[in-house]
Amino acid sequence: MVVWRELLVAMRRRSDVATALLFFVIVASLFPLGIGAEPNKLRAIAPGVIWVSALLSSMLSLNRLFAADHADGTLEQMVLGAAPLGVTAAAKALAHWLVSGFPMVAIAPLLALQYDLAPSLYGILALSLLLGTPVLSLIGGIGAALTLGVRGGGVLLALLVLPLYVPVLVMGAGAVEMASAGLGGQGQLLILGAMLIVAAAFAPWATAAALRISSE
Amino acid sequence: MLEARELECERGGKALFRHLGFSLAPGETLRVAGPNGSGKTSLLRILCGLLTPTAGEVLWNGASIQSLKEDYARHVLYLGHAPAVKDELTGAENLRVSCVLAGLSPSAEQTREALARFGVPGDKPVRQLSQGQRRRAALARLAVSWQAPVWLLDEPFTALDAAAAELTRTLLGEHAQRGGSVVYSTHQDAGLHDSRVIEL
Repeated sequence: MVVWRELLVAMRRRSDVATALLFFVIVASLFPLGIGAEPNKLRAIAPGVIWVSALLSSMLSLNRLFAADHADGTLEQMVLGAAPLGVTAAAKALAHWLVSGFPMVAIAPLLALQYDLAPSLYGILALSLLLGTPVLSLIGGIGAALTLGVRGGGVLLALLVLPLYVPVLVMGAGAVEMASAGLGGQGQLLILGAMLIVAAAFAPWATAAALRISSE
Repeated sequence: MLEARELECERGGKALFRHLGFSLAPGETLRVAGPNGSGKTSLLRILCGLLTPTAGEVLWNGASIQSLKEDYARHVLYLGHAPAVKDELTGAENLRVSCVLAGLSPSAEQTREALARFGVPGDKPVRQLSQGQRRRAALARLAVSWQAPVWLLDEPFTALDAAAAELTRTLLGEHAQRGGSVVYSTHQDAGLHDSRVIEL
């Protein structure tokens, strides 16, 4: 139900969703313009740049995760809901991923085209994002809940969450680099998968605890 | 049965109230009165479990609400200062979402009826409604929440016109007759004559 609600709200505020996605596309497109069109260099930086753009775009939309609900009082109703708050937090993270993470997975191969990445790597790039971006939404949820109602929360959120994103970035970009070197990125993908499982199991409860604190 | 024992609340280093205790049997209505800043909202937030009291505890049927958590939340309807409706959703969608979150599942017919009683258009996004209509959209929950025995309402009569206030009074009265308990806060006497009053 929470997922349905979130998606409905997102549908009626399409501009917000589009902004985060366009941000992803534009950041990733700026690098070839700044660095110059030397194919080998571009091929080398492609995985890292696409992953960093995904990270920033995901963070950009985190502010909205709880702030609007906090302002209009619906967050209190969720805290007081009949379902355990952790389940509600997981549903919020899932909805955030469906709106911000999943479209990036779909767009990433198009951006890879700009960087002349070998078509055989599109699959592993998309797969690494598919496993990694939900982790971003889950970890981001904790940060968003902790910084609720704090003045200058946006910057604080970035400082809090970006360092936690580093392992995901290293593994995600690493998987594609390994695959392009012909070594196969399975190792990194497996670690990403493990991160996702751990984050899915623990992050919602941490988010719930943070929400209880911020709604006092 | 809802019971408050030796409640104490401190906000910003200042004690709002101390040694506050009362019990509320089924069918009873309690009005929390007092000037601005006297802690009415804090008391209601403590009673619903959003705020932890500095000292004391709230008991539901003899067990502390801190340990009951969701098992207590299922029995409570809390309406705070903010209307708790989403601007992007229609009145009907808002009502359905908040009911499902609270663990209730009213039929489409009941939802429609509740909104009609409060005169809220069910198919318009709440964004397009006036402040008073938003408030009505939030209060429409009262008409479908009879299964929740405890109603905690923070200033339910603000921004309401005479007809909506009368309807709210009727619903509160009906709930008490069904054996529900109501705690609500107002500055002024809301005209519910059979309610007990605590002055903060």
